[in-house]
Amino acid sequence: MKMLNGKALALAGVGIATLLAGCEAPPPEVVQNGYRGLAMQTNYNTDRLQASLDANVPPEPIPAAAPGGPKAKDLYKNVQVLGELTVAEFNRIMVAMTNWVAPEQGCYYCHVNEGFEYDGIYTKVVARRMIQMTQTTNANWQDHVADTGVTCYTCHRGQPVPEYVWTSDPGPGQPSMIAPTGQNVASKSVAYASLPYDPFTPYLLQDNDIRVIGQTVLPQGNRSSIKQAEWTYGLMMHMSSSLGVNCTYCHNSRSFYSWDQSAPPRTAAWYAIRHVREMNNDYVVPLSEIIPASRKGPLGDVYKIYCTTCHQGAYKPLYGAKMLKDYPSLAQPLPEGGLEAVKAAKEGVVEAPSTQAKAEPMEAPAPAPAKAQPAQEAAAPPAESAPEAEPAAAAPAQPAPAEPAAPAASSGPQLRYPPPSMMQYPPAPLQYPPAPAPR
Amino acid sequence: MAEYQNIFTKLQVREPGYPGVPLPKGEMPRLGKPVFNYWIGKVGDAQIGPFYLGFAGVASLVCGFIAIEIIGFNMLASVNWSPIEFVKNFFWLALEPPPPAYGLSIPPLGDGGWWLMAGFFLTAAIILWWIRTYQRAIALGTGTHVAWAFAAAIFFYLTLGLIRPVLMGSWGEAVPFGIFPHLDWTAAISIRYGNFYYNPFHALSIVFLYGSAVLFAMHGGTILAVSRYGGDREIDQITDRGTAAERAMLLWRWTMGFNATMESIHRWAWWFAVLTVITAGIGILLTGTVVENWYLWGIKHGIVAPYPSELTLQDPSLLQGVSQ
Repeated sequence: MKMLNGKALALAGVGIATLLAGCEAPPPEVVQNGYRGLAMQTNYNTDRLQASLDANVPPEPIPAAAPGGPKAKDLYKNVQVLGELTVAEFNRIMVAMTNWVAPEQGCYYCHVNEGFEYDGIYTKVVARRMIQMTQTTNANWQDHVADTGVTCYTCHRGQPVPEYVWTSDPGPGQPSMIAPTGQNVASKSVAYASLPYDPFTPYLLQDNDIRVIGQTVLPQGNRSSIKQAEWTYGLMMHMSSSLGVNCTYCHNSRSFYSWDQSAPPRTAAWYAIRHVREMNNDYVVPLSEIIPASRKGPLGDVYKIYCTTCHQGAYKPLYGAKMLKDYPSLAQPLPEGGLEAVKAAKEGVVEAPSTQAKAEPMEAPAPAPAKAQPAQEAAAPPAESAPEAEPAAAAPAQPAPAEPAAPAASSGPQLRYPPPSMMQYPPAPLQYPPAPAPR
Repeated sequence: MAEYQNIFTKLQVREPGYPGVPLPKGEMPRLGKPVFNYWIGKVGDAQIGPFYLGFAGVASLVCGFIAIEIIGFNMLASVNWSPIEFVKNFFWLALEPPPPAYGLSIPPLGDGGWWLMAGFFLTAAIILWWIRTYQRAIALGTGTHVAWAFAAAIFFYLTLGLIRPVLMGSWGEAVPFGIFPHLDWTAAISIRYGNFYYNPFHALSIVFLYGSAVLFAMHGGTILAVSRYGGDREIDQITDRGTAAERAMLLWRWTMGFNATMESIHRWAWWFAVLTVITAGIGILLTGTVVENWYLWGIKHGIVAPYPSELTLQDPSLLQGVSQ
């Protein structure tokens, strides 16, 4: 009996050990990014990392255009943004955009039969604005995108609408006597925590305070509440899952607020939040009027940008592949004279002390106002051109050749959960509690 | 011998049900005929009943029922009365305290008012149950140790949901009713107040909490190990120390250099359990009222280890002079 028990025990032990060994994930790939012993490291599951690497490969660049030749604006009509390019370069970027954004639909995704110059379809107006957004990003937001830059492909990946976009989330419908809290349902947007499931509207569209942690030993007037901390926490969960990293990629978790202990990516992320906010407010939301309802959320707001839109699980989109260098026309708003002028200006700058991205912290305040100006200038011309485009664009929205989402949305009444009548954006409870009454 | 090496109770008594000691005059009688349950008997006493109701117990159950109904129906309403969504999201659902802007005023029912009401009834239920615990101990002629230990836990509960929110001037500071939501709240309060790792009362509470678990295992293991010598008669062994107590104490002296006694081990255990919640409550009471950032408090008092840093970032908002 005793022998049997011993053998059974040994067998069971071996069985359990085998089972546990089978469940064990392969040893993770670890990249350290901070002082040892602080878990300041990124852990990659090797299997999933390979899948992610394979999914984030940029397409082969199109061979460079032959230099010289007439300007696009001289040969074509209604070229508002890329007119300073040579015809060859212009056609090259048009082909690239077709491959990146509408490879199946082709040119007529954004152009109409009457002629390529007509703005008769909303996608063309949107595309023009998106080119401006890409140029501004690459020129003004190097604190975020560095010299790697972004192209249309960074977000679109061969799809007319980027796969990862967001709209304000009203959450499940609720009876009118219950004020929505904006949290406490299972949601992928915050990695299935019960945190507020739409941290994007308050932080990536509006500019509510993200910082909640007190920076003094004793209370000295920071009234931010624990609820506010949960909203910030929700945004951080989104950033972490979009970039495929953990908190310690940017923060030393013993003191989340301290900049002096944080890792450099936190600076990029700080600019990134402001960059995404600007893109949503200056470029995406103003297009609301011409974008069809099939490309809007349950509350009628357009698909907007957040971290996943570009990053898609990689700490750098496309794992840092430098696509932009092959498409210099997207690197900045084109000045008079086109790429030649850009090149000449750059060569001039190289000799002068660099006031660009690598500026020392002390110098940074000086270039800041200078940076703001181009941004305003860039925003101005499209504002003029948009009204012209709108009347034309609004009408022919239906005959658009590719509109996969439209039929589904407009095919009569459907059973929808929750009922649309109950949808309202839950205003984030980000108000500060009243200061305590003096005693 | 094998009786003592099983995780379940091996022996079950099947005498006629024991009605309990006689109650003092004027007490309500115990109700019902006792029944025996084999599976309950595996982990405890197989006898269930007779029951003592009494005012405090019944009132407590009624209040508790009301609180759970309020919480449950609010959760159900938060998914638009959909039973499927309720089940799917159950662990995520919550009844949230009012938004911070309401301060300590009474909010509308749908915007935190239900939370206040659920909190009132839950607190009433808990305190009534405490009264029952105390009264039953007196009626049975025992000490009130259990009631006072329970009171310590109630102190912690009230600190989280009532005392600290009042001190902070906002109901919004309190804990939501919900499974994951209260855990997220726990993480959020630590983040908001600069990391509870550096809160010494948080540290003490963890020591007592884990210490309670260790003590429980040590004591249970010891008594089971010496029950073959009659060590399970712990109360006898306090005053009439036999070989069971001697062997148990010797084991700990040899392995740990120190031994508790058959009596003191129970005082150790009681104080460890009680101090878990008392220190936790103090840690919560100080947070936000007296201390704003526990990490900075730790630096001030020299308990934060410095790390070498090759590169020190600067806050970009300070570089550009913009808010946030």
